[in-house]
Amino acid sequence: MAEPALSIRGLTKVYGNGFEALKGIDLDVEQGDFFALLGPNGAGKSTTLGIVCSLVQKTAGQVKIFGIDIDRDFAKAKYALGVVPQEFNFSQFEKVEDIVLTQAGYYGMPMKEAKPRCERLLKDLGLWDKRNGAARMLSGGMKRRLMIARALIHRPRLLILDEPTAGVDIELRRSMWEYMRRINEEEGTSIILTTHYLEEAESLCRNIAIINRGEIIKNTSMRGLLTELDTETFLLDLAEPLEAAPQVEGFEVERVDAHQLALSVRKGTDLNDAFQQLTRQGVRVLSMRNRANRLEELFVSMTSQPDAGSGIDSATSTPAKETAS
Amino acid sequence: MNTRQLLISLWTMVVKEVRRFVRIWPQTLVPPSITMTMYFIIFGNLIGSRVGEMHGISYMSYIVPGLIMMSVITNSYSNVASSFFSNKFQRSVEEMMVSPMPNWVILAGFVIGGAARGLGVGLIVTVVSLFFTHLDLHHPFLTLMVVVMTALLFSIGGFINALLAKKFDDISIIPIFVLTPLTYLGGVFYSIDLLPEFWQKVTMINPILYMVNAFRYGILGISDIPVSGALIAIAAFIVAFWCLALWMLNRGKGIRS
Repeated sequence: MAEPALSIRGLTKVYGNGFEALKGIDLDVEQGDFFALLGPNGAGKSTTLGIVCSLVQKTAGQVKIFGIDIDRDFAKAKYALGVVPQEFNFSQFEKVEDIVLTQAGYYGMPMKEAKPRCERLLKDLGLWDKRNGAARMLSGGMKRRLMIARALIHRPRLLILDEPTAGVDIELRRSMWEYMRRINEEEGTSIILTTHYLEEAESLCRNIAIINRGEIIKNTSMRGLLTELDTETFLLDLAEPLEAAPQVEGFEVERVDAHQLALSVRKGTDLNDAFQQLTRQGVRVLSMRNRANRLEELFVSMTSQPDAGSGIDSATSTPAKETAS
Repeated sequence: MNTRQLLISLWTMVVKEVRRFVRIWPQTLVPPSITMTMYFIIFGNLIGSRVGEMHGISYMSYIVPGLIMMSVITNSYSNVASSFFSNKFQRSVEEMMVSPMPNWVILAGFVIGGAARGLGVGLIVTVVSLFFTHLDLHHPFLTLMVVVMTALLFSIGGFINALLAKKFDDISIIPIFVLTPLTYLGGVFYSIDLLPEFWQKVTMINPILYMVNAFRYGILGISDIPVSGALIAIAAFIVAFWCLALWMLNRGKGIRS
Protein backbone atom coordinates (compact mmCIF):
# COMPACT_ATOMS: atom_id res chain seq x y z
CA MET A 1 0.00 0.00 0.00
CA ALA A 2 1.30 3.47 -0.92
CA GLU A 3 2.62 5.61 1.90
CA PRO A 4 0.29 8.51 2.79
CA ALA A 5 1.24 11.87 1.31
CA LEU A 6 1.25 13.15 4.87
CA SER A 7 1.21 11.16 8.06
CA ILE A 8 1.13 12.85 11.46
CA ARG A 9 1.31 11.02 14.78
CA GLY A 10 1.04 12.53 18.25
CA LEU A 11 1.99 16.00 17.04
CA THR A 12 2.30 18.41 19.93
CA LYS A 13 3.28 22.05 20.04
CA VAL A 14 3.71 24.06 23.20
CA TYR A 15 4.78 27.67 22.62
CA GLY A 16 7.28 29.44 24.83
CA ASN A 17 4.48 31.12 26.80
CA GLY A 18 3.07 27.72 27.76
CA PHE A 19 0.20 27.78 25.28
CA GLU A 20 -0.52 24.28 23.98
CA ALA A 21 -1.41 24.84 20.34
CA LEU A 22 -1.49 21.16 19.36
CA LYS A 23 -2.40 18.36 21.74
CA GLY A 24 -0.97 15.24 20.16
CA ILE A 25 -2.92 15.14 16.89
CA ASP A 26 -2.97 12.22 14.42
CA LEU A 27 -3.73 12.80 10.75
CA ASP A 28 -3.31 10.96 7.45
CA VAL A 29 -3.68 12.44 3.98
CA GLU A 30 -3.63 9.83 1.23
CA GLN A 31 -1.74 10.27 -2.03
CA GLY A 32 -3.80 12.06 -4.67
CA ASP A 33 -6.30 13.34 -2.12
CA PHE A 34 -7.80 16.83 -2.04
CA PHE A 35 -8.01 17.28 1.70
CA ALA A 36 -9.59 20.07 3.74
CA LEU A 37 -8.15 21.02 7.12
CA LEU A 38 -10.68 23.32 8.71
CA GLY A 39 -10.97 25.04 12.03
CA PRO A 40 -11.72 28.41 13.57
CA ASN A 41 -9.00 31.03 13.93
CA GLY A 42 -6.36 29.88 16.38
CA ALA A 43 -7.47 26.23 16.27
CA GLY A 44 -4.00 24.98 15.29
CA LYS A 45 -4.22 24.73 11.48
CA SER A 46 -1.35 27.07 10.73
CA THR A 47 0.77 25.56 13.51
CA THR A 48 0.23 22.10 12.03
CA LEU A 49 1.10 23.21 8.52
CA GLY A 50 3.97 25.35 9.84
CA ILE A 51 5.53 22.24 11.42
CA VAL A 52 5.05 20.22 8.23
CA CYS A 53 6.92 22.81 6.18
CA SER A 54 9.56 23.61 8.84
CA LEU A 55 8.48 27.12 9.77
CA VAL A 56 7.51 26.01 13.28
CA GLN A 57 9.45 23.66 15.54
CA LYS A 58 7.39 20.83 16.97
CA THR A 59 7.49 19.94 20.65
CA ALA A 60 6.79 16.23 20.13
CA GLY A 61 5.38 13.77 17.63
CA GLN A 62 6.21 12.41 14.21
CA VAL A 63 5.61 13.84 10.73
CA LYS A 64 6.19 11.81 7.57
CA ILE A 65 5.89 13.16 4.03
CA PHE A 66 5.49 10.31 1.53
CA GLY A 67 7.00 8.04 4.18
CA ILE A 68 10.02 10.27 4.83
CA ASP A 69 10.38 11.19 8.48
CA ILE A 70 11.15 14.92 8.69
CA ASP A 71 13.39 14.26 11.70
CA ARG A 72 15.54 11.92 9.60
CA ASP A 73 15.72 13.61 6.18
CA PHE A 74 13.80 16.87 6.08
CA ALA A 75 15.64 18.04 2.95
CA LYS A 76 14.41 15.02 0.97
CA ALA A 77 10.88 15.46 2.31
CA LYS A 78 10.90 19.14 1.32
CA TYR A 79 11.39 18.23 -2.36
CA ALA A 80 7.92 16.71 -2.27
CA LEU A 81 6.36 19.75 -0.66
CA GLY A 82 5.01 23.01 -2.11
CA VAL A 83 3.63 25.68 0.17
CA VAL A 84 1.26 28.57 -0.46
CA PRO A 85 1.09 30.41 2.85
CA GLN A 86 -1.68 32.53 4.25
CA GLU A 87 0.26 35.79 4.07
CA PHE A 88 2.34 37.18 1.21
CA ASN A 89 5.90 36.10 1.87
CA PHE A 90 7.95 37.23 -1.09
CA SER A 91 10.11 40.29 -1.61
CA GLN A 92 7.75 42.97 -2.87
CA PHE A 93 10.59 44.61 -4.78
CA GLU A 94 11.63 41.60 -6.85
CA LYS A 95 10.32 40.99 -10.35
CA VAL A 96 7.57 38.39 -10.68
CA GLU A 97 9.63 36.07 -12.86
CA ASP A 98 12.69 36.40 -10.60
CA ILE A 99 10.66 35.33 -7.56
CA VAL A 100 9.61 32.08 -9.24
CA LEU A 101 13.04 31.38 -10.77
CA THR A 102 14.82 32.10 -7.50
CA GLN A 103 12.62 29.55 -5.77
CA ALA A 104 13.56 27.01 -8.46
CA GLY A 105 17.21 27.78 -7.72
CA TYR A 106 16.67 27.09 -4.01
CA TYR A 107 15.62 23.57 -5.03
CA GLY A 108 18.75 23.18 -7.14
CA MET A 109 16.79 23.27 -10.41
CA PRO A 110 18.96 24.24 -13.41
CA MET A 111 17.91 27.42 -15.19
CA LYS A 112 17.31 25.69 -18.53
CA GLU A 113 14.71 23.51 -16.82
CA ALA A 114 13.28 26.24 -14.60
CA LYS A 115 12.73 28.86 -17.32
CA PRO A 116 10.20 26.93 -19.48
CA ARG A 117 8.44 25.60 -16.36
CA CYS A 118 8.19 29.14 -15.00
CA GLU A 119 6.80 30.40 -18.31
CA ARG A 120 4.15 27.69 -18.36
CA LEU A 121 3.08 28.35 -14.77
CA LEU A 122 2.93 32.12 -15.22
CA LYS A 123 0.88 31.69 -18.40
CA ASP A 124 -1.46 29.18 -16.78
CA LEU A 125 -2.02 31.55 -13.88
CA GLY A 126 -2.45 34.65 -16.01
CA LEU A 127 0.76 36.36 -14.84
CA TRP A 128 2.95 36.13 -17.93
CA ASP A 129 2.26 39.73 -18.96
CA LYS A 130 3.36 40.88 -15.49
CA ARG A 131 6.58 38.87 -15.37
CA ASN A 132 8.90 41.88 -15.61
CA GLY A 133 7.01 44.02 -13.11
CA ALA A 134 7.80 44.30 -9.39
CA ALA A 135 5.63 42.03 -7.24
CA ARG A 136 4.36 45.01 -5.24
CA MET A 137 2.55 46.28 -8.34
CA LEU A 138 0.33 43.19 -8.51
CA SER A 139 -3.25 43.08 -7.23
CA GLY A 140 -4.05 40.89 -4.20
CA GLY A 141 -5.40 38.09 -6.39
CA MET A 142 -2.34 38.17 -8.62
CA LYS A 143 -0.06 37.99 -5.60
CA ARG A 144 -1.90 34.85 -4.46
CA ARG A 145 -1.47 33.32 -7.92
CA LEU A 146 2.20 34.25 -7.88
CA MET A 147 2.61 32.26 -4.65
CA ILE A 148 0.89 29.28 -6.30
CA ALA A 149 3.27 29.49 -9.29
CA ARG A 150 6.22 29.71 -6.92
CA ALA A 151 5.02 26.72 -4.90
CA LEU A 152 4.61 24.58 -8.03
CA ILE A 153 7.89 25.41 -9.76
CA HIS A 154 9.71 22.32 -8.44
CA ARG A 155 6.80 19.94 -9.22
CA PRO A 156 5.82 19.09 -5.63
CA ARG A 157 3.77 15.95 -5.02
CA LEU A 158 2.05 17.51 -2.01
CA LEU A 159 0.76 21.07 -2.18
CA ILE A 160 -0.27 22.93 0.96
CA LEU A 161 -2.69 25.78 0.34
CA ASP A 162 -3.25 27.90 3.43
CA GLU A 163 -6.27 30.07 2.61
CA PRO A 164 -5.25 30.55 -1.02
CA THR A 165 -8.33 32.50 -2.04
CA ALA A 166 -8.58 34.91 0.90
CA GLY A 167 -9.53 38.34 -0.38
CA VAL A 168 -9.95 37.12 -3.95
CA ASP A 169 -13.07 38.10 -5.93
CA ILE A 170 -15.62 35.43 -6.83
CA GLU A 171 -14.73 35.13 -10.50
CA LEU A 172 -11.04 34.75 -9.81
CA ARG A 173 -11.72 32.38 -6.92
CA ARG A 174 -13.64 30.07 -9.24
CA SER A 175 -10.86 30.11 -11.83
CA MET A 176 -8.38 29.26 -9.07
CA TRP A 177 -10.63 26.35 -8.02
CA GLU A 178 -10.54 25.05 -11.55
CA TYR A 179 -6.77 25.29 -11.61
CA MET A 180 -6.40 23.48 -8.28
CA ARG A 181 -8.84 20.79 -9.39
CA ARG A 182 -6.83 20.35 -12.58
CA ILE A 183 -3.46 19.88 -10.89
CA ASN A 184 -5.07 17.46 -8.44
CA GLU A 185 -6.88 15.36 -11.05
CA GLU A 186 -4.55 15.59 -14.05
CA GLU A 187 -1.15 15.78 -12.39
CA GLY A 188 -2.04 13.72 -9.33
CA THR A 189 -0.78 16.36 -6.90
CA SER A 190 -2.06 15.73 -3.38
CA ILE A 191 -3.51 18.93 -1.93
CA ILE A 192 -4.18 20.06 1.61
CA LEU A 193 -6.42 23.10 1.77
CA THR A 194 -7.28 25.33 4.67
CA THR A 195 -9.94 27.91 4.04
CA HIS A 196 -12.62 29.96 5.69
CA TYR A 197 -14.80 29.66 2.60
CA LEU A 198 -16.58 26.43 3.46
CA GLU A 199 -18.24 26.36 0.06
CA GLU A 200 -14.73 26.10 -1.34
CA ALA A 201 -13.88 23.10 0.83
CA GLU A 202 -17.19 21.42 0.04
CA SER A 203 -16.74 21.97 -3.67
CA LEU A 204 -13.10 20.86 -3.93
CA CYS A 205 -12.24 18.38 -1.20
CA ARG A 206 -12.92 14.68 -0.91
CA ASN A 207 -11.81 14.27 2.69
CA ILE A 208 -11.85 16.60 5.64
CA ALA A 209 -10.49 17.06 9.15
CA ILE A 210 -11.80 19.65 11.56
CA ILE A 211 -9.39 20.90 14.19
CA ASN A 212 -10.46 22.85 17.22
CA ARG A 213 -8.40 24.01 20.19
CA GLY A 214 -5.45 21.88 19.17
CA GLU A 215 -7.40 18.64 18.67
CA ILE A 216 -8.81 16.89 15.63
CA ILE A 217 -12.52 16.66 16.36
CA LYS A 218 -13.55 15.16 13.02
CA ASN A 219 -11.67 13.27 10.33
CA THR A 220 -13.82 11.71 7.63
CA SER A 221 -14.89 11.92 4.00
CA MET A 222 -16.70 15.06 2.87
CA ARG A 223 -19.69 13.01 1.74
CA GLY A 224 -19.82 11.13 5.04
CA LEU A 225 -19.67 14.35 6.99
CA LEU A 226 -22.47 15.98 5.05
CA THR A 227 -24.77 13.02 5.70
CA GLU A 228 -24.41 13.83 9.41
CA LEU A 229 -26.21 17.09 8.85
CA ASP A 230 -29.66 16.47 10.37
CA THR A 231 -31.25 19.86 9.73
CA GLU A 232 -31.06 22.19 6.76
CA THR A 233 -32.52 25.66 6.62
CA PHE A 234 -33.98 27.08 3.40
CA LEU A 235 -34.93 30.66 2.69
CA LEU A 236 -38.19 30.98 0.77
CA ASP A 237 -38.87 34.13 -1.26
CA LEU A 238 -42.60 34.91 -1.26
CA ALA A 239 -44.84 36.33 -3.96
CA GLU A 240 -47.02 38.30 -1.49
CA PRO A 241 -46.03 39.86 1.85
CA LEU A 242 -46.94 38.09 5.08
CA GLU A 243 -47.77 39.62 8.47
CA ALA A 244 -46.84 36.51 10.47
CA ALA A 245 -45.15 33.16 9.94
CA PRO A 246 -47.62 30.46 8.83
CA GLN A 247 -48.01 27.25 10.84
CA VAL A 248 -46.51 24.30 8.93
CA GLU A 249 -46.92 21.03 10.76
CA GLY A 250 -43.70 19.01 11.13
CA PHE A 251 -41.47 21.97 10.20
CA GLU A 252 -40.07 24.99 11.96
CA VAL A 253 -40.92 28.22 10.16
CA GLU A 254 -39.53 31.64 10.98
CA ARG A 255 -40.53 34.93 9.35
CA VAL A 256 -37.35 36.69 8.21
CA ASP A 257 -39.23 39.69 6.79
CA ALA A 258 -42.52 40.33 4.99
CA HIS A 259 -41.25 38.68 1.81
CA GLN A 260 -39.11 35.89 3.21
CA LEU A 261 -39.50 32.79 5.40
CA ALA A 262 -36.86 30.50 6.87
CA LEU A 263 -37.92 26.84 6.74
CA SER A 264 -35.98 24.29 8.82
CA VAL A 265 -36.15 20.78 7.41
CA ARG A 266 -35.05 17.73 9.37
CA LYS A 267 -33.20 14.95 7.57
CA GLY A 268 -35.63 12.44 6.01
CA THR A 269 -38.57 14.84 6.03
CA ASP A 270 -40.61 15.12 2.83
CA LEU A 271 -40.21 18.68 1.59
CA ASN A 272 -43.39 18.34 -0.53
CA ASP A 273 -45.42 18.29 2.73
CA ALA A 274 -44.22 21.77 3.54
CA PHE A 275 -45.11 23.13 0.09
CA GLN A 276 -48.54 21.50 0.15
CA GLN A 277 -49.31 23.08 3.52
CA LEU A 278 -48.03 26.46 2.35
CA THR A 279 -50.12 26.24 -0.86
CA ARG A 280 -53.24 25.42 1.18
CA GLN A 281 -52.65 28.57 3.22
CA GLY A 282 -52.33 30.64 0.04
CA VAL A 283 -48.60 31.23 0.40
CA ARG A 284 -46.89 31.32 -2.98
CA VAL A 285 -43.14 30.61 -3.05
CA LEU A 286 -41.18 32.16 -5.92
CA SER A 287 -37.74 30.73 -5.16
CA MET A 288 -35.73 29.02 -2.45
CA ARG A 289 -32.08 28.58 -1.45
CA ASN A 290 -30.00 27.30 1.44
CA ARG A 291 -29.60 29.80 4.26
CA ALA A 292 -26.00 28.67 4.79
CA ASN A 293 -23.64 26.31 3.12
CA ARG A 294 -24.33 22.77 4.42
CA LEU A 295 -20.76 22.32 5.58
CA GLU A 296 -20.93 25.66 7.33
CA GLU A 297 -23.91 24.51 9.40
CA LEU A 298 -22.01 21.41 10.51
CA PHE A 299 -18.80 23.33 11.10
CA VAL A 300 -20.49 25.89 13.32
CA SER A 301 -22.31 23.23 15.31
CA MET A 302 -19.11 21.23 15.87
CA THR A 303 -16.72 24.02 16.72
CA SER A 304 -19.11 25.90 18.97
CA GLN A 305 -19.62 22.98 21.37
CA PRO A 306 -18.26 24.10 24.74
CA ASP A 307 -16.70 20.69 25.45
CA ALA A 308 -15.02 20.39 22.08
CA GLY A 309 -11.76 21.62 23.49
CA SER A 310 -10.16 21.35 26.86
CA GLY A 311 -10.32 24.15 29.28
CA ILE A 312 -9.73 27.14 27.04
CA ASP A 313 -12.68 29.49 27.01
CA SER A 314 -12.52 30.69 23.47
CA ALA A 315 -11.20 29.30 20.22
CA THR A 316 -9.89 32.75 19.43
CA SER A 317 -7.74 32.92 22.55
CA THR A 318 -4.64 31.74 20.69
CA PRO A 319 -1.73 34.18 21.07
CA ALA A 320 -0.68 36.24 18.09
CA LYS A 321 2.47 34.16 17.99
CA GLU A 322 0.64 31.16 16.61
CA THR A 323 -0.94 32.94 13.69
CA ALA A 324 2.36 34.61 12.98
CA SER A 325 4.17 31.29 12.74
CA MET B 1 20.93 17.76 -2.32
CA ASN B 2 23.77 16.64 -4.55
CA THR B 3 26.82 18.83 -5.21
CA ARG B 4 25.38 20.30 -8.42
CA GLN B 5 22.12 21.22 -6.69
CA LEU B 6 24.04 22.76 -3.80
CA LEU B 7 26.07 24.89 -6.22
CA ILE B 8 22.92 26.00 -8.06
CA SER B 9 21.22 26.98 -4.81
CA LEU B 10 24.32 28.85 -3.58
CA TRP B 11 24.65 30.66 -6.92
CA THR B 12 20.94 31.56 -6.74
CA MET B 13 21.42 33.04 -3.28
CA VAL B 14 24.45 35.07 -4.34
CA VAL B 15 22.79 36.36 -7.52
CA LYS B 16 19.71 37.37 -5.54
CA GLU B 17 21.83 39.28 -3.01
CA VAL B 18 23.96 41.02 -5.64
CA ARG B 19 20.84 41.88 -7.68
CA ARG B 20 19.37 43.50 -4.57
CA PHE B 21 22.20 45.93 -3.88
CA VAL B 22 22.73 46.69 -7.57
CA ARG B 23 18.98 47.41 -7.98
CA ILE B 24 19.17 50.04 -5.25
CA TRP B 25 22.60 51.38 -6.25
CA PRO B 26 21.77 55.02 -5.34
CA GLN B 27 21.40 53.80 -1.73
CA THR B 28 24.18 51.22 -1.67
CA LEU B 29 27.01 52.21 -4.00
CA VAL B 30 26.85 55.99 -4.43
CA PRO B 31 26.68 57.34 -0.83
CA PRO B 32 29.89 55.66 0.42
CA SER B 33 31.74 56.92 -2.65
CA ILE B 34 30.62 60.49 -1.98
CA THR B 35 31.43 60.26 1.74
CA MET B 36 34.92 58.94 1.04
CA THR B 37 35.53 61.64 -1.58
CA MET B 38 34.76 64.20 1.15
CA TYR B 39 37.27 62.49 3.46
CA PHE B 40 39.93 62.64 0.71
CA ILE B 41 39.28 66.33 0.03
CA ILE B 42 39.00 67.53 3.63
CA PHE B 43 41.32 65.23 5.61
CA GLY B 44 43.69 64.31 2.81
CA ASN B 45 44.04 67.50 0.79
CA LEU B 46 43.08 70.42 3.04
CA ILE B 47 44.14 69.24 6.51
CA GLY B 48 46.58 66.56 5.35
CA SER B 49 48.85 69.07 3.62
CA ARG B 50 49.46 70.71 7.05
CA VAL B 51 49.93 67.37 8.85
CA GLY B 52 52.89 66.43 6.70
CA GLU B 53 54.20 62.89 6.53
CA MET B 54 53.44 59.83 8.67
CA HIS B 55 56.03 57.01 8.74
CA GLY B 56 57.68 58.80 5.82
CA ILE B 57 54.51 58.72 3.68
CA SER B 58 52.23 61.63 2.72
CA TYR B 59 49.19 61.89 4.98
CA MET B 60 46.84 61.48 2.02
CA SER B 61 48.46 58.16 1.03
CA TYR B 62 48.55 57.10 4.69
CA ILE B 63 44.78 57.40 5.21
CA VAL B 64 43.72 55.81 1.90
CA PRO B 65 44.04 52.13 3.06
CA GLY B 66 42.14 52.92 6.26
CA LEU B 67 39.33 54.64 4.40
CA ILE B 68 39.03 51.78 1.92
CA MET B 69 38.87 49.34 4.81
CA MET B 70 36.29 51.50 6.60
CA SER B 71 34.07 51.34 3.50
CA VAL B 72 34.47 47.59 3.22
CA ILE B 73 33.64 47.02 6.88
CA THR B 74 30.53 49.20 7.07
CA ASN B 75 29.11 48.12 3.70
CA SER B 76 29.65 44.39 4.20
CA TYR B 77 28.03 44.58 7.61
CA SER B 78 25.08 46.78 6.74
CA ASN B 79 24.33 44.92 3.51
CA VAL B 80 23.75 41.60 5.20
CA ALA B 81 22.09 43.14 8.26
CA SER B 82 19.52 45.04 6.21
CA SER B 83 19.03 42.37 3.54
CA PHE B 84 18.45 39.50 5.94
CA PHE B 85 16.30 41.60 8.25
CA SER B 86 14.19 42.72 5.25
CA ASN B 87 13.77 39.05 4.38
CA LYS B 88 12.59 38.42 7.93
CA PHE B 89 10.33 41.46 7.90
CA GLN B 90 8.72 40.58 4.55
CA ARG B 91 8.70 36.90 5.56
CA SER B 92 10.50 35.99 2.35
CA VAL B 93 12.99 34.14 4.55
CA GLU B 94 10.27 31.46 4.56
CA GLU B 95 11.00 30.85 0.86
CA MET B 96 14.42 29.61 1.89
CA MET B 97 13.28 27.78 4.99
CA VAL B 98 10.71 25.61 3.17
CA SER B 99 13.28 24.67 0.52
CA PRO B 100 15.74 21.78 0.93
CA MET B 101 18.70 24.20 0.94
CA PRO B 102 20.96 23.51 3.93
CA ASN B 103 21.41 26.35 6.38
CA TRP B 104 25.09 26.72 5.54
CA VAL B 105 24.14 27.56 1.95
CA ILE B 106 21.70 30.24 3.15
CA LEU B 107 24.41 31.70 5.41
CA ALA B 108 27.09 31.50 2.69
CA GLY B 109 24.75 33.16 0.17
CA PHE B 110 24.15 36.17 2.38
CA VAL B 111 27.79 36.40 3.45
CA ILE B 112 29.15 36.24 -0.11
CA GLY B 113 26.52 38.80 -1.21
CA GLY B 114 27.52 41.14 1.64
CA ALA B 115 31.21 40.70 0.90
CA ALA B 116 30.52 41.44 -2.78
CA ARG B 117 29.01 44.79 -1.86
CA GLY B 118 31.82 45.59 0.60
CA LEU B 119 34.47 44.76 -1.98
CA GLY B 120 32.56 46.59 -4.72
CA VAL B 121 32.38 49.75 -2.65
CA GLY B 122 36.03 49.26 -1.64
CA LEU B 123 36.96 49.12 -5.31
CA ILE B 124 35.00 52.29 -6.08
CA VAL B 125 36.70 54.11 -3.17
CA THR B 126 40.10 52.87 -4.39
CA VAL B 127 39.42 54.28 -7.86
CA VAL B 128 38.29 57.60 -6.33
CA SER B 129 41.47 57.73 -4.21
CA LEU B 130 43.59 57.52 -7.37
CA PHE B 131 42.34 61.01 -8.30
CA PHE B 132 44.02 62.31 -5.13
CA THR B 133 47.16 60.20 -4.70
CA HIS B 134 49.32 57.51 -6.23
CA LEU B 135 49.23 54.01 -4.69
CA ASP B 136 52.07 51.47 -4.95
CA LEU B 137 50.82 48.05 -4.08
CA HIS B 138 53.59 46.47 -1.98
CA HIS B 139 52.00 43.06 -1.31
CA PRO B 140 49.07 42.49 -3.71
CA PHE B 141 48.17 38.98 -2.50
CA LEU B 142 48.24 39.99 1.16
CA THR B 143 46.15 43.08 0.39
CA LEU B 144 43.55 40.99 -1.39
CA MET B 145 43.51 38.35 1.34
CA VAL B 146 43.04 40.88 4.14
CA VAL B 147 40.27 42.79 2.41
CA VAL B 148 38.36 39.64 1.43
CA MET B 149 38.68 38.14 4.92
CA THR B 150 37.54 41.39 6.51
CA ALA B 151 34.55 41.62 4.18
CA LEU B 152 33.56 38.03 5.02
CA LEU B 153 33.98 38.58 8.75
CA PHE B 154 31.77 41.66 8.88
CA SER B 155 29.20 40.08 6.60
CA ILE B 156 28.83 37.25 9.11
CA GLY B 157 28.60 39.86 11.88
CA GLY B 158 25.77 41.59 10.01
CA PHE B 159 23.97 38.27 9.64
CA ILE B 160 24.11 37.58 13.38
CA ASN B 161 22.84 41.10 14.06
CA ALA B 162 19.90 40.59 11.68
CA LEU B 163 19.02 37.21 13.18
CA LEU B 164 18.77 38.78 16.62
CA ALA B 165 17.05 42.00 15.46
CA LYS B 166 13.35 42.40 16.15
CA LYS B 167 12.90 45.83 14.57
CA PHE B 168 14.73 48.00 12.04
CA ASP B 169 16.34 50.07 14.84
CA ASP B 170 18.15 46.95 16.03
CA ILE B 171 20.20 46.69 12.84
CA SER B 172 21.55 50.23 13.11
CA ILE B 173 22.64 50.11 16.77
CA ILE B 174 25.84 48.06 16.22
CA PRO B 175 27.08 50.05 13.18
CA ILE B 176 26.49 53.40 14.91
CA PHE B 177 27.56 52.66 18.46
CA VAL B 178 30.19 49.94 17.96
CA LEU B 179 31.59 49.78 14.43
CA THR B 180 31.97 53.50 13.76
CA PRO B 181 33.88 54.32 17.00
CA LEU B 182 36.08 51.23 16.65
CA THR B 183 36.85 52.11 13.03
CA TYR B 184 37.69 55.75 13.80
CA LEU B 185 39.85 54.62 16.75
CA GLY B 186 41.38 51.77 14.74
CA GLY B 187 44.21 53.78 13.23
CA VAL B 188 42.45 54.91 10.06
CA PHE B 189 43.56 58.52 10.45
CA TYR B 190 46.66 58.18 12.63
CA SER B 191 49.49 55.89 13.66
CA ILE B 192 49.14 54.54 17.19
CA ASP B 193 52.72 55.75 17.79
CA LEU B 194 51.15 59.20 18.24
CA LEU B 195 49.14 57.99 21.25
CA PRO B 196 50.40 58.01 24.87
CA GLU B 197 51.66 54.61 25.98
CA PHE B 198 48.52 53.80 27.99
CA TRP B 199 46.19 54.47 25.05
CA GLN B 200 48.44 52.50 22.73
CA LYS B 201 47.84 49.46 24.97
CA VAL B 202 44.10 50.13 25.09
CA THR B 203 43.99 50.44 21.30
CA MET B 204 45.53 46.98 20.95
CA ILE B 205 42.24 45.37 22.02
CA ASN B 206 40.46 46.96 19.04
CA PRO B 207 40.17 44.23 16.37
CA ILE B 208 39.72 46.77 13.57
CA LEU B 209 43.22 48.14 14.27
CA TYR B 210 44.66 44.81 13.09
CA MET B 211 42.63 44.78 9.88
CA VAL B 212 43.44 48.38 8.96
CA ASN B 213 47.14 47.89 9.65
CA ALA B 214 47.38 44.58 7.81
CA PHE B 215 45.69 46.19 4.81
CA ARG B 216 47.93 49.25 5.04
CA TYR B 217 50.93 46.97 5.14
CA GLY B 218 49.76 45.27 1.94
CA ILE B 219 49.42 48.60 0.12
CA LEU B 220 52.09 50.84 1.68
CA GLY B 221 54.41 48.34 3.34
CA ILE B 222 54.06 49.90 6.81
CA SER B 223 52.16 48.70 9.88
CA ASP B 224 51.86 49.48 13.61
CA ILE B 225 51.41 45.80 14.49
CA PRO B 226 52.75 42.39 13.37
CA VAL B 227 50.78 41.40 10.26
CA SER B 228 50.89 37.63 10.77
CA GLY B 229 49.12 38.00 14.12
CA ALA B 230 46.46 40.11 12.43
CA LEU B 231 45.79 37.45 9.80
CA ILE B 232 45.48 34.72 12.43
CA ALA B 233 43.13 36.88 14.50
CA ILE B 234 40.87 37.65 11.51
CA ALA B 235 40.76 33.98 10.49
CA ALA B 236 39.93 32.92 14.05
CA PHE B 237 37.12 35.48 14.25
CA ILE B 238 35.71 34.27 10.90
CA VAL B 239 35.59 30.67 12.11
CA ALA B 240 34.07 31.63 15.47
CA PHE B 241 31.42 33.95 13.97
CA TRP B 242 30.56 31.44 11.23
CA CYS B 243 30.01 28.68 13.79
CA LEU B 244 27.91 30.98 15.96
CA ALA B 245 25.76 32.17 13.02
CA LEU B 246 25.20 28.62 11.77
CA TRP B 247 24.34 27.37 15.23
CA MET B 248 21.78 30.16 15.62
CA LEU B 249 20.33 29.43 12.18
CA ASN B 250 20.07 25.70 12.93
CA ARG B 251 18.28 26.52 16.17
CA GLY B 252 15.89 28.78 14.27
CA LYS B 253 16.89 31.72 16.44
CA GLY B 254 14.84 34.75 15.46
CA ILE B 255 13.13 33.04 12.52
CA ARG B 256 11.22 30.01 13.82
CA SER B 257 8.47 29.76 16.44
